[in-house]
Amino acid sequence: MFTPHTPQEIEEMLKVIGVETIEELFDKVPENFRFPELDIPDGLSEMAIASELKEIASANATTDDFISFLGAGAYNHYIPAAVDMILRRGEFHTAYTPYQPEVSQGTLQAIFEFQSLMTELTGMDVSNASHYDGATATAEAANLAYHFFRGKRKKIVVSRSVHPHYRETLRTYMQGLENAQVLGDEPAAGVSSDLNKLLALVDKETALVIVQYPDFFGRIIDYTKLIEAAHSQGTLVAFVFNPTALGLLKPPGDFDVDIAIGDGQPLGIPLSYGGPYLGIFTIKDRYVRKLAGRLVGETVDEAGERAYVLTLTAREQHIRREKSTSNICTNQGLMALAATLYLSLLGKAGFKQVAELCYQKAHYAADQISKVEGYELAFPKTPFFHEFVVTTPKPVSTINAHLQEHWIFGGYDLSQDYPEMKNKMLIAVTEKISRQDIDDLVAVLQEADHD
Amino acid sequence: MIEPTIYELSQVGRKGVAFPETDVPQFDLPDGFRRESLNLPELSEMDVIRHFTHLSQLNYSIDGGFYPLGSCTMKYNPKINEEMARLPGLANTHPLQPLVTVQGDLYLMYQLQEWLQELSGFNRVTIQPSAGAQGELVGAMIIKKYHQVKNAPLRTKILIPDSAHGTNPATSTMSGFKVVSLPSDERGNVDLEALKAECDDTLAGLMLTNPNTLGLFDENVVHVIQMVHESGGLVYGDGANLNALLGVVRPGDLGFDIMHFNLHKTFSTPHGGGGPGSGPVGVSEALAEYLPSPIVTILEEGDDETPPFFGFYTPKLSIGRMKAFYGHFGVHIRAYTYIAMLGAAGLRDVAQKAVLNANYLMAKIKQDYPLPYDRTCMHEFVVEGAWEDIPDIHALDIAKRLMDYGFHPPTNYFPLIVHEALMIEPTETESMQTLDAFATAMKAIAREAREEPSVLQTAPHNTPVHRCDEVKAARDLVLCCWMPE
Repeated sequence: MFTPHTPQEIEEMLKVIGVETIEELFDKVPENFRFPELDIPDGLSEMAIASELKEIASANATTDDFISFLGAGAYNHYIPAAVDMILRRGEFHTAYTPYQPEVSQGTLQAIFEFQSLMTELTGMDVSNASHYDGATATAEAANLAYHFFRGKRKKIVVSRSVHPHYRETLRTYMQGLENAQVLGDEPAAGVSSDLNKLLALVDKETALVIVQYPDFFGRIIDYTKLIEAAHSQGTLVAFVFNPTALGLLKPPGDFDVDIAIGDGQPLGIPLSYGGPYLGIFTIKDRYVRKLAGRLVGETVDEAGERAYVLTLTAREQHIRREKSTSNICTNQGLMALAATLYLSLLGKAGFKQVAELCYQKAHYAADQISKVEGYELAFPKTPFFHEFVVTTPKPVSTINAHLQEHWIFGGYDLSQDYPEMKNKMLIAVTEKISRQDIDDLVAVLQEADHD
Repeated sequence: MIEPTIYELSQVGRKGVAFPETDVPQFDLPDGFRRESLNLPELSEMDVIRHFTHLSQLNYSIDGGFYPLGSCTMKYNPKINEEMARLPGLANTHPLQPLVTVQGDLYLMYQLQEWLQELSGFNRVTIQPSAGAQGELVGAMIIKKYHQVKNAPLRTKILIPDSAHGTNPATSTMSGFKVVSLPSDERGNVDLEALKAECDDTLAGLMLTNPNTLGLFDENVVHVIQMVHESGGLVYGDGANLNALLGVVRPGDLGFDIMHFNLHKTFSTPHGGGGPGSGPVGVSEALAEYLPSPIVTILEEGDDETPPFFGFYTPKLSIGRMKAFYGHFGVHIRAYTYIAMLGAAGLRDVAQKAVLNANYLMAKIKQDYPLPYDRTCMHEFVVEGAWEDIPDIHALDIAKRLMDYGFHPPTNYFPLIVHEALMIEPTETESMQTLDAFATAMKAIAREAREEPSVLQTAPHNTPVHRCDEVKAARDLVLCCWMPE
C-alpha cells in the first residue's frame, strides 16, 4: 500500500545488489528467530479502517455530546478553524527537527515566534522550543535547579497544591539525581493557602520551590513573601502557570520567579484524551546555558539576510552525550506551532477576551452553585480564575453519576488524589460554557439534592 | 528571502477571531492581580494564514521530496492517519471523563499495547512515554530499580557502544548511572573482548541499538545478550531502528529485556517539525511490574454479549509516572491506524522493502563514496563524505550541495566513529526512480567535488537562505522577535 515497488523493479534492484531474493538480505538474523508468524490481523483498506475507527469512537461520549465542567490540567477551549488548516500542511507536519537551516526556515521562524510569544505571555526572558507537557517541564525545572547548584543543594520543595500528576512525574525524574529529595507535599502539609508550612522547609539546602499559579484548585495566591524568603536563601522559585489565566493575571515575570513552566494545551490544542500537549519552559536570562531542550536564535546567512538556526546546541545530548544534564531530543514542535497560531489569531484583544469570559462565567457558576442547598465553596475567601472547589453534600462520584444521566460531566472528584478531600469537586468553566449550561447544571444539582 | 515576523506584521487595533459577548453578570478581579499589559500581535485571520503559508513554503518535507535522514525513518505519513486522529469522537474526549464514557479510547490503547507486544516479543508494553528519549529514560530507570529491588545497588555501570545515539549516554547519566563506552570491531559489531572485560559485578546493563547506527545487524547479538545476562546485567534495546525488523525478528525473542519503540519513526506518525513523538516501552515478564503507571488493562472480562470493560492499573513496583495523563493518545490513534491497515504481512513488507531500498542505494553509490563497512546493510548505511585526494571537501559540503539538487541531506557527522559520516536511510516508501535520481545527484556531486569544488563549498545556492552564521547566533544570542512598545 505504502511501498511502491513493482515485481519487475524488485528483480532489477536485486540484480544491482547481487542477490537472488530479498530474504537473503536478512541472513545475519539468527535463523531460529527469523520471520516469525505474527498474530496480527490481515491488513484493512482505508475505507475499512475509517469505518472501524468511527465505530470505536462511537463507544465514547465526548465533550461535544456532554456539557463538561472537567478541567484539572486539560481545558475545553474553542479552537479557531485556521489553527488546524495550517497544522495540516505537510510542509510543517512531515518535516523533522530543523537540523538544516537552509531548508527549514519555516519551522525555525515559527519556533522563534513561539519563543517570543511565550516570553511575552510569561514576562520571562527566554523560552525554549518546548517540552513534552506541563508535568515533564516541572520535572526538568527541578533538574535545572539541581544542576545549577552542581548537585550541592538536594532539596526540591513542592506545594501540595501543584497538579498531582506533575508531582508524581517530578518524583520519577528525581530518582536519577543523587540524593535528591522532594518534600513539602505530604498529606499532612494540607492544601491551605497559608504558605508558612512551605516556607519553613526552605533553607540553604533547597535548590527549588515549586508552586502553581493559579494553583491546582484554581486559586490565585499571592506568593510574594514566599519568593522573597526563598531568594534570601539563594533558592530558585518556579511557577507552574495556566496560560489562559495570563490573559488576565500578572505574569510570573512580575513576581521575579526564576523559572515559569506550564502546559500549553489551552492554547489551541485538542483535549485528545490527555495528549499530545505542550510543555512551556521559560526562564530568566542567567539560566540559559543550563536550559534543556532546543532553542532557536536569529542570525544572518552568507548574503547577510536575516535567518534562524538552532543555537547553543553544545548544551544538548547529541553533542555532550553523557555530560549533558537532560536527554531531551524530540519535543512538541507541532503543538508549539498550534499555540503560535492560536495566539496570533486571537491576538491582543481576543486572548484577553477569552480570559475574561472564563473568569466571568466561572464566577457566575460558583455564585449559582453555592446557592444550592448543601453546596458551598471550599475556599470562599480566596480569589480564583476559572476553576474552583465545591464542597458537595454527597460523594462526588454519586453526584457525577446523576449528572451523567443528564448529559453533564460534573467536576473532577478530588478524593481520587487527595484522600483528605472527600466530597470536594473541582469545577472548571471555559468560554465554551454558556449561562444556560450553568443554569442546567444548577437545576440538576438541586434535583439531585431532593433525591 | 525574508518573511516578516508576526510582530512586524501586527497593526494596532486589528483582530483575527471574534468571541461572543459575555452572557453572565460582571464579576471583578480583586485589586493587585490584574496584569497591566500583554503585548500580543494584532492580525487578521488572512494575515495569519498567509504568514504561516509563506513560512511553510520555506520548509523541506516528506510531502515535498526525498528525506533520507539516517536513523530518523522519514517514511511517508499516510493521510488517513490525520483524519482518524481528528475524529471528534476521539479528539474531543477529556482525560478525566468517567471510564464508562471512554471505552473506545481505552480499547484502542489496549489493542495498540497488544500489537506492539506481539510485534516485539515482549511480555508487556506501556504507551505512556512521550518520545524515544523518554522511553529510554523509562528503560534506564527500570534497570536501576530492578537492581535496587534485587539488592544489588552497586550495579551502577551502563555499557554503551561508541556508535550509539547521544540520547543513550545522556539518559544513563540522568538516571544516575556511570557510562562506559564500548568500541566496535572492524565489522561494526560490538567488540566482544571489550565487552567481556566490562562484564563484572558492577554491571547494571547494556544499551544496544540493533541494527546499529551503521545500519548493521550485530552478527553476535544473541551471544552479546547472553554475556550480559550471565554477569547479572540487563539489556536495553534502543528501538530507533526497528523499521528493519518488523515481522523479521522480535527483539524479545533475541533476549532483550527492555526496548522502546518510536511511533513517529517505525509506525508512520508525522515528525511534526520536531515532535510530538511517542515512545512506548516493552519489557520481559520479569520486568512487567516495574513499568510506569498507569497502564491500560481489562478490568472486567467480556463475553459473547458484552465487550470487556477497560481501565487502568498501577504495576506493583512501578518506577512512577512519566507525564500527565496516559500518553500521546493522538499519536496512538495514528499508529493504530497504520498497523491495522498493514496487518502482519504488510508490516513484514515494510522491513523487507526498507532493507531492499537501502542495499540498492548503497550498491548504486559505493563506487563514488568510501564505504567503511562493506557488508549487507539493513534499513540504512553510512558512507564517508570525504576523499583523501580532495581534503578541502567535507561531508557538510556534500550535504549542502544535495539541497541544490532538490533533496534533503542525509544525517551528517553521525555516527561519530565514521570519519565525515553521511548516514543514509531511504525507507520503504520510496520508489526505485527516486533512489536512482538521488544516486545520480550523489554521483554528480562526487564529480563536482573534483572538477569544481567551490560549487560545493559555497552550496546551497537554490534555497531560501544560504549557509547561516551559527557562531554569531550563539555569540549574540537573539531568542525573541523585536516587539513594538
